[in-house]
Amino acid sequence: MPLVENGQIVQDRYLHVEDDGPIPDRVPAIVSAQRFLANADALVRRDGSLAVWWPNDRRIAELAPWLGHLALVALQFPKFRDGRAYSQARLLRETYGFGGTLRATGDVLRDQFHFLIRAGFDSFEVKKPADARVFAEAAARYSVVYQPSADGRVPALRRRVQRAGTDPG
Amino acid sequence: MYVYDAFDRRLLAERVAEFRDQVARRLSGELTEEEFKPLRLMNGVYLQLHAYMLRIAIPYGTLSTLQLRKLAEIARKYDRGYGHFTTRQNIQFHWIKLAELPDAMAELASVGMHGMQTSGNNVRNITTDQWAGVAPDEIEDPRIWAELIRQHVTLHPEFSFMPRKFKIALGASSRDRAALRIHDMALRLHRNAAGETGFEVMVGGGLGRTPYLAQTIKPFLPKRDVLSYVEAVLRTYNQFGRRDNIWKARIKILVHDLGAEAFAKEVEAEWQGIKDGALALDPAMVAEIASRFRYPDYEKLDDSPPQLAKARRDDRGFDTWMANCVANHKVPGYAVVTLSLKPQGGTPGDCTAVQMDKLADFADRYSFGEIRVGHEQNLALPHVAQRDLPALWRELDAIGLAQTNVNLITDIISCPGLDYCSLANARSIPIAQEITQRFRDLDIQRDLGRLHINISGCINACGHHHVGHIGILGVEKNGEEFYQITLGGKADENATLGTLIGPAVPYAQVADVVEDIAAAYLELRQPPQELFIDTVKRLGVEPFRERVYAAR
Ligand code: SF4
Repeated sequence: MPLVENGQIVQDRYLHVEDDGPIPDRVPAIVSAQRFLANADALVRRDGSLAVWWPNDRRIAELAPWLGHLALVALQFPKFRDGRAYSQARLLRETYGFGGTLRATGDVLRDQFHFLIRAGFDSFEVKKPADARVFAEAAARYSVVYQPSADGRVPALRRRVQRAGTDPG
Repeated sequence: MYVYDAFDRRLLAERVAEFRDQVARRLSGELTEEEFKPLRLMNGVYLQLHAYMLRIAIPYGTLSTLQLRKLAEIARKYDRGYGHFTTRQNIQFHWIKLAELPDAMAELASVGMHGMQTSGNNVRNITTDQWAGVAPDEIEDPRIWAELIRQHVTLHPEFSFMPRKFKIALGASSRDRAALRIHDMALRLHRNAAGETGFEVMVGGGLGRTPYLAQTIKPFLPKRDVLSYVEAVLRTYNQFGRRDNIWKARIKILVHDLGAEAFAKEVEAEWQGIKDGALALDPAMVAEIASRFRYPDYEKLDDSPPQLAKARRDDRGFDTWMANCVANHKVPGYAVVTLSLKPQGGTPGDCTAVQMDKLADFADRYSFGEIRVGHEQNLALPHVAQRDLPALWRELDAIGLAQTNVNLITDIISCPGLDYCSLANARSIPIAQEITQRFRDLDIQRDLGRLHINISGCINACGHHHVGHIGILGVEKNGEEFYQITLGGKADENATLGTLIGPAVPYAQVADVVEDIAAAYLELRQPPQELFIDTVKRLGVEPFRERVYAAR
């Protein structure tokens, strides 16, 4: 599955650690929520970037105390239609101020890119290579947005008031 | 009438471009039907029994003549010369070709219309009282707020993949003409003790397999907070609504399982965190949206001009129409005219391209270029000068749109049922047609008085049968069409769900049963003129049950 970051297809820097596998030092590692929570204090003191893979049916508030120590949170889309992680992403960005990388994993297709970016994701494990290749084009599809979200884009309502009467061009 | 600006037009153009690309990928085989399905659904495209169906939103039921003419053109060019108005202020075209859909959508976009979010698990078309802005009992125009919410939830990054669809309705009168309590969320503008206006917020209504009426979770929400509160409700639902079972995925189940109080608490906690953030509305934003609503330049006229009284005396047909189809307007000298789309033997809600074009002409000449669409599947001309009523009546009569059965037994609300819908268990339209034949005598209809029949072809309840005074639900029994009959439902400010009267009856007997119920009512009602719904309330369904099943 190709990984897209900054609009480019990139190599994943993170080592995906099994729940019973060893976690080598000084290697960026991604662990499950279960493993992380069982041993969070020790894991965040370890030498090396740490990432957590968080399920979409667990309250993201549980992760809040540790966010300052995490380089990446990976959220899940078990199915295209299952949009719980959009709420988790916005909560992470807007309520808890998470500034690390936010990765979308699972059933990630081109027609979600716009929503994912707006919800605060900046790393995408894309299911189909063809979709990954057109990421930039799909991401730039909408020049107007109607609501404030985690991407900080200015919604039409505010642009109208700011530029009262001027055309968006 | 909300007029699109450059932002709205741009977004729509970008949406059409995206859909064009998706259709091209489907036609080339790059997308499978399964992959294409959620994408087309987000644009209001369903695959039905015979063809693709396109559902177009008519936000808060307001149409300009430009838009109505465009709908007529779409009907002619891409469909079979007619469209079907639904119970949620949408219009559907049932015979459209996939390859032509992007062009049809581009044409619609040229008049500020679209099918975005008329299907899929997102926030659906925002509906209101179809008399919004003209009703005498309204405290302010709810469409300003409906438009603010419409924009806010359009292509919302967080709420485009919720557990199920989400329907929002708004009202601003003491009389509820928007069926508020059968919606996932409803907002009612009212005045509090201090004289400020704000919203009563109700959640968890919905019909279908498990019908519930919405419960109030916030009696008074300041207007500045409406977007943040909607956001908090949707966020709570998106995270905690059930996704394991499609029949339990609507917000009504979450509200019911948690209890309205616990649900309200979740929402409140979320809302406190966001209410003073970017979603707090400042008056300039509201004024901006309000300024895009165009109101007619009414003349200064008096109510009840003398020529009107004379016309009523002179022509009994006109007098009947006045009594049945014409309602008060908040501006003196004007009236609201309802046009019944329920002809004898016809399909409830169908409107031909010819009628649409004619209606657009009438609206230009008599109603400041505006038409309304109501959830009862009828249309209205919202700003007619009372002195013009006789002339308008003659013109409407000539094209079959001056029927005087509004709110009577043949003003039937019906879903498309098995004639079109792939989910149906039974036919709805022929049942409606048969009932309108049986009760074609207007004197009998008038004697029966206000009586709403609602028909759904399956438990999804698109015909809102639970809230019909007489509700008719198609079910399947051993491969045959049967119908359950309920009595006593209503969707107004005293919303109630109907009560089942007994075992389902076969297709051929439904109209007989309705006749039996009507006959029983005429015997049971208390003089003078107790309404059907009040007789059912007073006596319960028992006497009707006896009457219906005694002979069967
Ligand atoms: S109620 Fe059932 S049959 Fe009727 S339109 Fe809805 S889904 Fe189709």
